[in-house]
Amino acid sequence: MDILMFLAPASVALALVGLGAFWWTLRSGQYEDPVGDASRILVEHERPD
Amino acid sequence: MAMTADRQDFSAFLRPAEGGGRSLELLVKGARCAACMSKIEGEVRALPAVESARLNLTTGKLTVGFEAGAGDPSLVLERLDGLGYPATLYDPGKAAAARDAEGRKLTLALGVAAFGAGNAMMFSVPIWAGLFGQELGPATRTLMMWMSGVIGAPCAVYAGMPFFESAWRSLRSGRANMDVPISIGVILTLVISFIETVLRGRDAYFDAAVTLLFLLLIGRWLDHRLRASARSAAADLLAMQAPSATLVGEDGVERRIPLSEVAPGDELIVRPGERIPVDAVIAAGVSELDKSMLTGETLPVRVAAGESCQAGAMNLGGVLRLRAAARSEDSAVAAIARLVEAGAQSRSKYVQLADKAAALYVPIIHSAAALTFVGVWALGFGPRVALLRAVAVLIITCPCALGLAVPAVQVTASARLFRRGILVKSGAALERLAEVDHVVLDKTGVLTEGRPQLIDPVPAAIAMAAPLAKASAHPLSRALAAHAGPTLLADNVVETPGQGVEGYIGGRRARLGRAAFVGVAGAPSSETELWFGVEGETKIRFVFADQLRADAAATVAALKARGLTVEILSGDTFSAVARAADAAGVEDWRASLTPADKAALVAERTAQGRKVLMVGDGLNDAAALAGAHAGMAPGAALDASQNAADLVFSGERLGAVVEAIDVSRSARKRALENFSFAALYNLVAAPAAMLGFVNPFVAALAMSGSSLVVTLNALRTGAGRR
Repeated sequence: MDILMFLAPASVALALVGLGAFWWTLRSGQYEDPVGDASRILVEHERPD
Repeated sequence: MAMTADRQDFSAFLRPAEGGGRSLELLVKGARCAACMSKIEGEVRALPAVESARLNLTTGKLTVGFEAGAGDPSLVLERLDGLGYPATLYDPGKAAAARDAEGRKLTLALGVAAFGAGNAMMFSVPIWAGLFGQELGPATRTLMMWMSGVIGAPCAVYAGMPFFESAWRSLRSGRANMDVPISIGVILTLVISFIETVLRGRDAYFDAAVTLLFLLLIGRWLDHRLRASARSAAADLLAMQAPSATLVGEDGVERRIPLSEVAPGDELIVRPGERIPVDAVIAAGVSELDKSMLTGETLPVRVAAGESCQAGAMNLGGVLRLRAAARSEDSAVAAIARLVEAGAQSRSKYVQLADKAAALYVPIIHSAAALTFVGVWALGFGPRVALLRAVAVLIITCPCALGLAVPAVQVTASARLFRRGILVKSGAALERLAEVDHVVLDKTGVLTEGRPQLIDPVPAAIAMAAPLAKASAHPLSRALAAHAGPTLLADNVVETPGQGVEGYIGGRRARLGRAAFVGVAGAPSSETELWFGVEGETKIRFVFADQLRADAAATVAALKARGLTVEILSGDTFSAVARAADAAGVEDWRASLTPADKAALVAERTAQGRKVLMVGDGLNDAAALAGAHAGMAPGAALDASQNAADLVFSGERLGAVVEAIDVSRSARKRALENFSFAALYNLVAAPAAMLGFVNPFVAALAMSGSSLVVTLNALRTGAGRR
């Protein structure tokens, strides 16, 4: 059962990464315009400035 | 006129942006696809001094960034218009208010709760397995409980903050809302669970506490989304009306400025088709004003220099130069705004269903928990078992049904209404609408279309007058031209504001306008009319009236079929209201009412115990809208009325009123069903918890099960009947 000592923290750490990613998506405004973002992938990239 | 007259200065709408530049927000109509988006962004970005352009397809908002010290918003408006996407400017003050900080906080709390619930649950599952005699040593179980607590407790504290804060606020004001038992339950659960873990006990409810908060936060988040989307949609509707004024500077240059920046003494210009922005005195110009939004009266009023005019009136005829006499906040609207405020206050006392239920629920559950603690201890089980059972009662009777079901019902209902062009401003509005038993309709703009239509069109006569009618922008001319087919325009057309148009048709002089202008001596009439005459020939009369909406009579019948009584309260003349009431099939009606009369009559009905739904569009209805139990306004209504109303419907159909009532009643039924289910569930669960049959596994199962049932039931809202 000693493996639990490694697995349990590892699983929590992985979940924390997920939570961090969610926090990042929220902060960078990725839920502001779902319709527009879905369409933007169909548009050719703008000229690199 | 100078060249500058064509291009107006909109710089008052610019906002300082990061990096020294300035930004501008516009609402763009009609952009729906990826192609429109890239075209709009590309074209706007190509304009001089534009640094960036980004269109939000979800909200239709275009944000344009300009280089420091440069940039001309009118170029952007012109280009968008040229592309076929008419745009309106956002008031910078309002655009800033649209940022949704609370929503982000709530979303993050929801994410943290989801993380906590999932991971605490992961360590709880082995414990549950241990409950059923699987191999799980006491040491491993305690380890699992510690892990569950270390993850669950901080998450519960963070995710519970919105509830703790609200509970604290409510306690300080001396009342107990639904968040009080939630907060007590969660905090007590966490404390007891830690004590159990330290004492190497069997039952820890960390996962239950976080899961409870997660489920409740979903409800809270849905409720917030409903209000936020309604708010932004309402703001868009108002932006479409472009509440701005055209200011003439001392240098003679015209500037568009937000309404709130107009100061007394400013010189303003109001073109035909625009509304008078603030109370003002006419400095120059002759025109006709449509005051129907202010008074309900459909007959236009002639005005000339020296006379005063009120904010909200529509300029029908010539260009008017005004000298502002009041700020926007102090305009004629102010008196009405005070009435609106008084009405809104009485409405804020309305107690929502969920709060009513909470008032019943809180004392019962807390006494039951206290009773369990005292009773179990008295029976000799000791204080530890007694406390655990009391906590089990608090958890198992979790108020998910109240916290989740009502928002779920309201979101489903308002989404359904939104798809049919009806905007619900709050969940409470929906509840109030469901209780309505008396409907008060305004005439102008509600029962009728609010704009003149030609009565008895005679094709030959229309064809004769069409060349002149098409050359004029007057609403009556346009109503006439709408009936005509393609035709040549008259030559040498000259429009005399407030009188009519003159021009040459086939080389002969013709006039279209007022009786006197066309050369008919004294022909007064109660109706709006237009005369047409070619020099030396018989004059033709065109009569216009504000037509009933196509489904007005059907709507009145449908309302009556639902057991509602219908009444018309109008500011228009006796004969006009009588005719409309007769055509719509309404027996109760009153005419020539002032805004205060309307509000007083609505208050009178309310005093008689009626629950009044007011449907109105004008400024004269705003006070009545706010004072009524529920208020609805068409999308074409003035902003004061839209602000005072609970629901706003767009489109031509008055039937929206019936649909809204149907859906709100269905929503109320679902909410009550959910409460009955919750009561039934608690009737079984609470005694089980008191007797000690509940362990953390049963609690988790029961909680998710009951939440699922109420949510699924909520999704049935408004289904079935169309």
